[in-house]
Amino acid sequence: MSDDDLGLDLEVERYELFAGPAYNFNFNRRQFLKAFSGGIALIVPMSNLVARTLQQEQGESGGGRGNQRIPNDIGAWIHIDESGTVSAFTGKVELGQNIRTSLTQAVAEELHVPLSVVRVVMADTDLTPFDMGTFGSLTTPRMAPQLRKAAAAARETLIALAAEQWKVEPGTVRIENARFVNHDASKSLTLAEVAKGQKLVKTIPPDVAITPVNNWTVAGTSAPKVNGRDFVTGKHQYTSDMKREGMLYGRIVRPSALDAKLVSSDTKAAQAIPGVIVVRDGDFIGIAAPDQQTAMRAEKAIAVHWQAPGQPGNDQLFDYLKKNAAGNRVSGRPVGSVEDGMKAADQQLSQKYTIAYIAHAPLEPRAAVAEWTDGKLTVWTGTQRPFGVRSELAEAFHIPEEKVRVIVPDTGSGYGGKHTGECAIEAARLARASGKPVKLVWTREEEFQWAYFRPAGVIEVTTGVKNDGTVIAWEFHNYNSGASAIQTKYDFPNQNIQFHNTKSPLRQGSYRGLAATANHFAREVHMDELAELVKMDSVAFRLKNIKDERLKAVLEAAAGKFGWDRKKTEGRGRGIACGFEKGSYIATAAEVSIDAKTGRVKLERVVASFECGAIVNKMHLHNQVEGAVVQAIGGALFENIQFSNGQVLNGKFSRYRLPRFSDMPVIEIVLLDRKDLSSAGAGETPIVGLAPAVGNAIFDLTGTRIRSLPLAPDGVVSHG
Amino acid sequence: MAKVTDLNVNGKKLRVDVDPQTPLLYVLRDHLNLTGTKYGCGESKCGACSVLVEGVVMRSCVTPVQRVSGKQITTIEGMEKDGKLHPLQEAFLKADALQCGYCTSGMIITAASLLNKNPKPSREEIVKHMDANICRCGTYPRIVNAIEIAAGTRKEVAE
Repeated sequence: MSDDDLGLDLEVERYELFAGPAYNFNFNRRQFLKAFSGGIALIVPMSNLVARTLQQEQGESGGGRGNQRIPNDIGAWIHIDESGTVSAFTGKVELGQNIRTSLTQAVAEELHVPLSVVRVVMADTDLTPFDMGTFGSLTTPRMAPQLRKAAAAARETLIALAAEQWKVEPGTVRIENARFVNHDASKSLTLAEVAKGQKLVKTIPPDVAITPVNNWTVAGTSAPKVNGRDFVTGKHQYTSDMKREGMLYGRIVRPSALDAKLVSSDTKAAQAIPGVIVVRDGDFIGIAAPDQQTAMRAEKAIAVHWQAPGQPGNDQLFDYLKKNAAGNRVSGRPVGSVEDGMKAADQQLSQKYTIAYIAHAPLEPRAAVAEWTDGKLTVWTGTQRPFGVRSELAEAFHIPEEKVRVIVPDTGSGYGGKHTGECAIEAARLARASGKPVKLVWTREEEFQWAYFRPAGVIEVTTGVKNDGTVIAWEFHNYNSGASAIQTKYDFPNQNIQFHNTKSPLRQGSYRGLAATANHFAREVHMDELAELVKMDSVAFRLKNIKDERLKAVLEAAAGKFGWDRKKTEGRGRGIACGFEKGSYIATAAEVSIDAKTGRVKLERVVASFECGAIVNKMHLHNQVEGAVVQAIGGALFENIQFSNGQVLNGKFSRYRLPRFSDMPVIEIVLLDRKDLSSAGAGETPIVGLAPAVGNAIFDLTGTRIRSLPLAPDGVVSHG
Repeated sequence: MAKVTDLNVNGKKLRVDVDPQTPLLYVLRDHLNLTGTKYGCGESKCGACSVLVEGVVMRSCVTPVQRVSGKQITTIEGMEKDGKLHPLQEAFLKADALQCGYCTSGMIITAASLLNKNPKPSREEIVKHMDANICRCGTYPRIVNAIEIAAGTRKEVAE
């Protein structure tokens, strides 16, 4: 199935780090496979990934193991118990994006029950249907309709049962506020009285009607965060908060660098500490102890010698990426003829843009609690792919997947950085050896060094433009970042757009927005450079090349709210960018100032205009767009992984600068509600417009064009 | 080498038998089962571990437990009184000032220390006081709104 067949506007290829086995333990032979080697980025063609996801959602058997079919019986998704509580089951994960609330709204809507009656059970491989993972901004466009269908089918089934009890036509029975009522409300039954706690085994009819957007009374409202109270009182238990009976605390002895090999080690002193268990398995050295302090003491008592090969550092990075792309896979189909376009152009421009590695830095680091009971492994962990991690665990321990259960509590964020199960596997290994449950929480330093980064990239753009502002030729080459949003919604007649696969010195994978940030940065800065060449206003130049109504709408909304037509403020520069990704549209305008003495850049104001079809929860959407803008500030201005010889040099918060309260500009969000379009996801797209808007604003103020992210590594703009 | 330390946590007098150099964070979380206070960085740079010691914010990840012996410690669990949320807790909910919620305990505690010394802070004062706390989900504008609501310097929640 090609992307065109699926009717999807998706890139051909994307770096989704589907971890191959991080560990391959064998308790008899000392065997160890390590997938931490720098440069191993497992590429899963996005078309396969999405095709499999959709196949499963349509009930066809996907590739792989038998239990990956998406169930079609209502009871797999919806259950009503004897107390009248409606449970909705989904394999999706709550990381702060508030899908727990939006999915509650969807189910409550279809069943005509108050929100408080619905409880969404999430991300438990024993209880919830198979799910590929929480990524791709797919929950809103795919999971919400799935739960709606199941809930609607449940409603119709139960109405039929109530009608049977009353010996009336089903059409005369309705649900009002969690009660079944007959035509004149003279009779009523509770949900529990009709459902009687039975499993709903009927199949979900393919044509079951779900509530159209115009009839929404629950979705479309700003329902508050479902379990918000637990978070403001400290009651919510993240994985890192959990305790199990007899639980030990784990620590891992880490290699000195990526690709390091263990030369020698002495664990005798650690093993002598009372209560400490040291686990050795090839290069893996782990500790389990009765408390954290003892575990840390044991770790310090282990003498290890590692040997790591020389590896590139920041200075060699971009040359390394280009050099290692030669002869590798290239993806992309040309449109028209760039050669002809260049001949017809009045002016030409060729520029190179570079993108640094940045870290996700989720405030809750990786954590896992692992417990073996009668040969079955249960792991609680903060991952975005519970079923994927279940497979990883089954593979690591050579046991069938049925013997593994992964549960994901609402987690302290991920931003795409928690797809893989390293911590789960490590905890499980320690639990296996000690015979007790083990909790392993990575340190902040480990989270920087041993997870994965947003890919670095080199992007080369060569274009031809006519003096009337028409971009007549567009050649765009992305090395390493990825192909997300590499295709453009601009109306360029001649295009040659290619993504080049290459080797990466550091482990890399998905980060909120994937390569859409890099590709929008290069594209939207380049568009500004072309506008400059033909002496056109940034907004007018873009509009000249846009036919897409939705892109036009967000651009005009952002420019309008910003006051783009107003006289410029003295001492301020302004910039604008627009784009599209994952079914939604964004336009971002930014205003900057620069301290005349120090050169420090200050982001003064940001206007973001966003459209994702019909809005499900305006308050939470506003929160998401705003949060994405704030997160984007880091990658735009100062976030930058420093590395050398396989070591991350700035892997702690005292060295890696993250956006803080004082970095906040005035942020204004304009949300366009398109009730006539189906709801797309919103977790990623809003992040992509900020960096180019700020880059363009800096140029507007200083005349200095910066073509690299981060734009101001030390907070200062160097006037080149 | 363990030693018994007297603690006063959320109005309760307790004794813990731990190495006196153990950071307060681990004593709270692992020994007293008060897991509302979080680990974020271990070097007092993110504020997730914030607690109040006699009304003033301290970073429990770098505070040896013996240093706070006998002093009145308030954690997030102590903000609620008889099932009634503290105004800051109410305000965070009203302003939707969280996403993943991991920074929230530290934010509320740090905000409480601000309001303890400055009941009607300006926006600039709020930003300055809170700047040492990180929210990676980026809810800073909403947190500022929440603090203003709790302080009574702001009525409307601008969406």
